[in-house]
Amino acid sequence: MTDASLSRPASAQPYDRQRLRKRRAAADFRLRAYGIAAISAAIGMLGILLVTIFVGGYQAFVQTHIRVDFDIAADAVDPANPAAANWRAIVADGLDSLLPGVESPAQVRALGQLLTNNTQFFVRNAVVANPALIGGTLTLEVPAADIIDQLNKGVIRRDTASENRRVSDQQIAWFDQLVADGRVSTPFNWGLFTNPDSRFPEIAGLLNGMVGSLYVVAVCFLVSFPVGIGAAIYLEEFAPRNRWTDLIEVNINNLAAVPSIVFGLLGLAVFIQIFGIPRSAPLAGGLVIALMTLPTLIIVTRNALKAVPPSIREAAYGMGASPQQVIFHHVLPLAFPGILTGTIIGMAAALGETAPLLLIGMNAFITSPPGGVLDAATTLPTQIYIWADSPERGFVARTNAGIIVLLGFLLIMNALAIFLRQRLERRW
Amino acid sequence: MNDMTEIAEAGRAGPTASRGASAVAMEGRDVKVFYGEKQALFGVSLAIERNSVTSLIGPSGCGKSTFLRCLNRMNDTIPICRVEGTITLDGEDIYDRSLDVVELRARVGMVFQKPNPFPKSIFDNVAYGPKIHGMVRTKAETEEIVVSSLRRAGLFNEVKDRLNEPGTGLSGGQQQRLCIARAIATRPEVLLMDEPCSALDPIATAIIEELIDELRETYTIVIVTHSMQQAARVSQKTAFFHLGKLIEEGRTEDIFTNPVHKQTQDYITGRIG
Repeated sequence: MTDASLSRPASAQPYDRQRLRKRRAAADFRLRAYGIAAISAAIGMLGILLVTIFVGGYQAFVQTHIRVDFDIAADAVDPANPAAANWRAIVADGLDSLLPGVESPAQVRALGQLLTNNTQFFVRNAVVANPALIGGTLTLEVPAADIIDQLNKGVIRRDTASENRRVSDQQIAWFDQLVADGRVSTPFNWGLFTNPDSRFPEIAGLLNGMVGSLYVVAVCFLVSFPVGIGAAIYLEEFAPRNRWTDLIEVNINNLAAVPSIVFGLLGLAVFIQIFGIPRSAPLAGGLVIALMTLPTLIIVTRNALKAVPPSIREAAYGMGASPQQVIFHHVLPLAFPGILTGTIIGMAAALGETAPLLLIGMNAFITSPPGGVLDAATTLPTQIYIWADSPERGFVARTNAGIIVLLGFLLIMNALAIFLRQRLERRW
Repeated sequence: MNDMTEIAEAGRAGPTASRGASAVAMEGRDVKVFYGEKQALFGVSLAIERNSVTSLIGPSGCGKSTFLRCLNRMNDTIPICRVEGTITLDGEDIYDRSLDVVELRARVGMVFQKPNPFPKSIFDNVAYGPKIHGMVRTKAETEEIVVSSLRRAGLFNEVKDRLNEPGTGLSGGQQQRLCIARAIATRPEVLLMDEPCSALDPIATAIIEELIDELRETYTIVIVTHSMQQAARVSQKTAFFHLGKLIEEGRTEDIFTNPVHKQTQDYITGRIG
C-alpha cells in the first residue's frame, strides 16, 4: 500500500469521473424531462376538457327570440279575470298575423311549433301584470322553440334530408321569412340564470339549481364549521394522547376517504327514513354533505392549529393565560387564515358533490325554486345530471353551460380562498 | 388560608409590598421531575433569595431549565411530565391544589430563550397580562402600566412613537426587552429567565444584562445561562447542575473562584460541558 493508492482509489480515476459526471447529468436531464412530460400531459388533458365544455356550451348562452305582435282584443280578455282568457287562441292569432295564409290544421300546428310551447303563458303573465294592455297590441320577444333555435345556431343542418330532420322544409321557409322581416334576434340568454327547470330546453334555466345549491352549501357550512372547528380544537389542544384519541384520529382520516355514495345511503336511511326530513330537501342534502365535509375540515383545522408556533402558546401560558384564553386570544387568530381557506375549499367541494344527492332524490324534476330548506330542490350538479339525461337537442349545450356556470362558482370560491389567505396570513 | 389571601393581595399591589421578613422568596425541597419513565431531576433542594439574581448553570441536559420551569409550573403544559417534592413561594406550596396556576404565573413571570412577542402591537403585548388578570379597569390605567413597564425594561424611548406597530417588527434585543416588559407588567414577585440572551448579539446582551441588574432591586430573578461570564456578571448566587443533580450552590464569587466540588471546577474551567 503506497501513499498514491491511498489518496486515489481506482474508482476515482479521471476517466471514471468523467463518465460518472455524464451519467449523473443524463439522469438529471431524464428526471426533468419526465416532469415536463407529466405536466404537459396534465395541462393537455385539462385543456381538452375545458375546450370540449366551452365548444359544447357557448351556444346555450344565447337564445333565438322571435318578435311577435299579439292583439289583446278587449272582447277576448275579461279585465276582471284576465288569466281565464283563451290565450292559446291569442297566440295563434299573433302567429297568423306574422305569417298569414296558413289554413290547414296540420300547417297551423307546424306554425305553432316555431315558438316555445309556453308562449301563451308569457303573454298571459305580461297582460296580468299590466292590465292596461287590454284593448291594445302587445309586442313580445318570444323564445323560439328548441328546433328553431338549433336551426338558427346551425346545430340542425339544412342540408340534412328533410325526413331525417326535426324541422320541416315549410318551417325553414317560415323561419327564413321571419329573418327577412327582421323579427329574429339572438340576444344573451338571461333565462339560463333566471328561469327554473323546464321540459322545454329553450326556457329551461339554472335558477332552481343555484338556489338549491345555495341552501345545501349554507346548511353544510352551518353544521360542519362549528362542529369541525370544535372537534379540531379539542383533539389538538385538550385531548390526551391515548388509545381512544388515536382511534378517533384513525377514524376521522378513514372517514375522509369513504366513497360519497355511501354517505348518500346513510342520509337516506337516517335523515329521511328516521328523522323524517322530506325527500329532495336541501336540509337533508346539506346534512349529508356536512358529514362528508367534516373530516376534511377537522384535518385542515388541526393542521392550521399545529402550524401555530409553540413559542406563542408558551408565551401566553407563561403570562398566566388559561387554556381557553390561549386558544381564543392567540392560537385561533393565527390559525384563522388556514382554517378559512380550508373551509372555503371544503365548501367548494360540497358545491360540486353529486352522488349522495342523487340518492336522497335531489335529481327530481322541479319547476319552481325552493322557498326554504324543506322544499324539494335540485342543486347545480344534479341539475346538470338531469339535463345530461334529457333527449332534446337543446339540453346538450345547456348541460355544458351548466358545467361552465358550476366551474365559474368553484373558480370564484377558490380565488376567494387564495385572496383571503394572502390577505390575512401574518408573519411571525 | 387568611395568610394566603393576604399574600395574594400583596402580590397584586406590587412587588415591594410583598417583601416579607424572610429573605427566601422561593424554595425547592427534594424536587424530582420525570418525563414519562425518564427522570430529569434527582432531588434538587435550592433556596432562591429575595431581590437577588440566582443563576443556574451547567452543561446541556443537566436539568437547569427543567428546574426553572417547575418554579412557575410551566411543566404542567407537558402531559407526560410529573413533579415530586415541594416548591414554595413565600412559604406557600405552589403545587398545592388550592393554588391556581394562573395566579401563580402572574406572580412568577417568565422570559424565554427565543424572544416570543405576540404577533400583536407593542402596546397590546404589554397590556395583555394586566388585562387577563383584571389588574386594570380603565384605558388610562392600562396606558400607565404599559408605559411604566416599557420604561422599566428600558425600551420606552425606542418605541414610544410606534406603540401600535407589531412587536414582531422590532430587533431581536428589542423583542426580548419587550418580553421582559410584558412579563413585569403583571408586577410579579419573581422573574424567571431561560437563557434570555442566547439568541442575541453581544451589544443587545449587554443591554439586557444591565437591565437585569436594575430589575434586581424590585424583583427576585432566576436566570438559566450557558455563559459563565454572564453568570459571573449578573448574579449574586450561582447553582451548578450536572446530570439532573444540584452539585453545588453558593455566592457567585465563591463558586467561580473557589468551588468545592471537582465537577464544578471542571465545568467552569471548560473541561466538561
